[in-house]
Amino acid sequence: MGDAADIASEAARAAADAVLDRWQRDPLALVQVLRETQAVTHWLPRPLLAHIAAALGLTLAQVEGVAGFYRFFHTRPVGRTRILFSDNITDRMLGSEALLAQLCARLGVAPGEIEAQGRFSVDRCSCTGLCDQGPALLVNHHQVITRLNAARVDALADLLLAGTPVEQWPAAWFDVIDGVQRADVLLSGLAADAPTLPVVLAQPPQALLDAVAQSGLRGRGGAGFPTARKWQACRDAPGPLRCVVCNADEGEPGTFKDRVLLASHADAVFDGMTAAARAVGAQQGFLYLRGEYRYLLPQLEEVLVRRRAQGLLGRDACGVVGFDFDIAIHLGAGAYVCGEESALIESLEGKRGTPRIRPPFPVQAGYLGRPTVVNNVETFCAVAHIARRGGAWWAGIGTAQSTGTKIHSVSGDCARPGLYEYPLGTPIAQILDDCGARDVQAVQVGGPSGACVPASEFNRAIAFEDVPSAGAFMVFDRSRDLFEVARHFARFFAHESCGLCTPCRVGTELVVRRLDKLAHARGAGSASAFDIERLHDLDTVLHSGTHCGLGASACNPLRDTLRHFGEAYAQRATAPQFQPDIDLDAELSSARRATGRSDAGAHLHTDTQA
Amino acid sequence: MNAPPIPEAPRKLRVATVSLAGCFGCHMSLLDIDERLFELIERVEFDRSPLTDIKTVGERGQCDIGLVEGGLCNAENVEVLRAFRAHCTVLVAVGACAITGGLPALRNHLDVGDILQSVYGEVPDDPELPLPLNRVLPIHEVVHIDHALPGCPPPADAFWQLLQDLIAGRTPVPAPGLIRYD
Repeated sequence: MGDAADIASEAARAAADAVLDRWQRDPLALVQVLRETQAVTHWLPRPLLAHIAAALGLTLAQVEGVAGFYRFFHTRPVGRTRILFSDNITDRMLGSEALLAQLCARLGVAPGEIEAQGRFSVDRCSCTGLCDQGPALLVNHHQVITRLNAARVDALADLLLAGTPVEQWPAAWFDVIDGVQRADVLLSGLAADAPTLPVVLAQPPQALLDAVAQSGLRGRGGAGFPTARKWQACRDAPGPLRCVVCNADEGEPGTFKDRVLLASHADAVFDGMTAAARAVGAQQGFLYLRGEYRYLLPQLEEVLVRRRAQGLLGRDACGVVGFDFDIAIHLGAGAYVCGEESALIESLEGKRGTPRIRPPFPVQAGYLGRPTVVNNVETFCAVAHIARRGGAWWAGIGTAQSTGTKIHSVSGDCARPGLYEYPLGTPIAQILDDCGARDVQAVQVGGPSGACVPASEFNRAIAFEDVPSAGAFMVFDRSRDLFEVARHFARFFAHESCGLCTPCRVGTELVVRRLDKLAHARGAGSASAFDIERLHDLDTVLHSGTHCGLGASACNPLRDTLRHFGEAYAQRATAPQFQPDIDLDAELSSARRATGRSDAGAHLHTDTQA
Repeated sequence: MNAPPIPEAPRKLRVATVSLAGCFGCHMSLLDIDERLFELIERVEFDRSPLTDIKTVGERGQCDIGLVEGGLCNAENVEVLRAFRAHCTVLVAVGACAITGGLPALRNHLDVGDILQSVYGEVPDDPELPLPLNRVLPIHEVVHIDHALPGCPPPADAFWQLLQDLIAGRTPVPAPGLIRYD
């Protein structure tokens, strides 16, 4: 037994050593080292973390701190095959919970636990970005299976029980379609006769900057910051070295546009990054790819290899003498907060994904303190087009304040989910019409941290000056309960809080408990108007007291649904006054057992509130 | 301390106080208002309180103010708190233990049955003894609380400010200088 354990840990150390060598024992690559090591060892036991720490010149505490931060790192044993059901609200609307229960029943495991022989474990994870072809699941943090149904889950259980390796599962399960329903300029791709990147980059950097400024392009990640201003600030910041980072950590539930851009328009994205590097004078580029998109890695690496062979990357990139620029891909490991740019940079540096205090902004001091531009995948894609067709052309699309097009990831209650690209300024009603949505009650625009728009406001337009969007568009018809939607999003934020600041770490959990009380999901008491009042208080605290923007927006679904769907809350506040949410009699169970008492004094009633 | 004089009131307010799973430190801090006790006693009379030795709250009439020190560690605490809620118009959670469970809640990660076994060996089963709860609870988990006075203990001036506010019919807002995080 001891021998077997020694041999196992010896093998684990050897696996780690191979990974460490590949990353040249660079402590900045810690997240990548842990990820690749775990892909072999299944989980990360403490002695293995100590081994990695020693090899990288870090302390065990530093390495454990990182391993403990990311959801996809396991510091306790897990099954050799790990199944994670995507748990976005749209997956649930497609029946994911019943399928999860079905698989668990077939395998004889409970969610979150390991099968007795250690063969597999089944659990949930945050949205995998496959809402238009869900329910979906993730296998070993690597492959995805789409379009789950009872038959597919049954067959999956058979394969798991038979011990069939993942490579031999039916290939059709892993199919991910682009699902483009309406293409405008970005999704149509670059014209065949478009000028090549070397031609585009032959112009001076200032000309590139001027074109982006003239285009009026604003960031597509959600905040809508003017791209040219960001680039200019980075270019003007002192220091010899600069970075360009593409934020492909598409973690906002219900968003899957970047997945398609990376799968089918990767060259445009890398063109945009290279143009940005030329404009700001950067040498180093990173694509930070969310861990859930691991299956895209090989094809993206292939594109980079080809581009290096074409001279588009590397020394004198694109034939511009003195322009040395290359791009590396780093994978995330299941942390929503890493979509925040400063948290993303921390993760790139191999640390916990905790947002930094700003200022300094990344354009002043980003990756390793170097001036760094972080832009969304779609922003870089737009740059690839603007650099070729000019700023005026892009500025002619959309509205005066919101130029160009925007890609919407449409999912939920509609006949034709998928990607829809429109000029900015398009009314919500038109998108709903086009995707075949009927009897719609509300749309969650921009994901949980965006806005819940009720039917009375469907004449509003998606634009920075009206309803801004980071790209998600989740449709809820009249059969849906918006209270339950908000409760689902509240669980998401509580799960994804990075834990740094108390208002977010504790506040998001208090919101969940209060909503659970209204849903009568735990405890013994009924909710009252008191509980709704407390929800308003929590909303105020989170909007004003958190460390980063993600915490500040964690109560957006709560705030919007309280405002627009207050009745859904009010009908659950059935008690005339405050009731405890604790089964007080159950709180005496241990003492009753220890004393053997059963007299009247050994019991408490929960409902004797005066 | 030059507090403004309290205006004439038609009758004395009835105040009840209790220490549940607390250390009486909050009560000691209340007594630290020193000579202001004379001013206070002109305006209030005490109902159930360690200061009066009255055993049951509200027997002599509805109380205007209830001050509760300490969290809930056993069944009797729950009954007493409920009686306070039933007989006090305004109920105030006083001190860290009442608000969060405080020091006694450090036992919450242990099984209270195991603790009893370890401490007593043969665990007493006398029905006179209140049974401990599985977890020490803050009082707002069990009854509605109107106001909270933070601190361990809250400083005497914070008590004085709270009582002055309540006596004057104002919503008590602790002065920032009286709330300390340490």
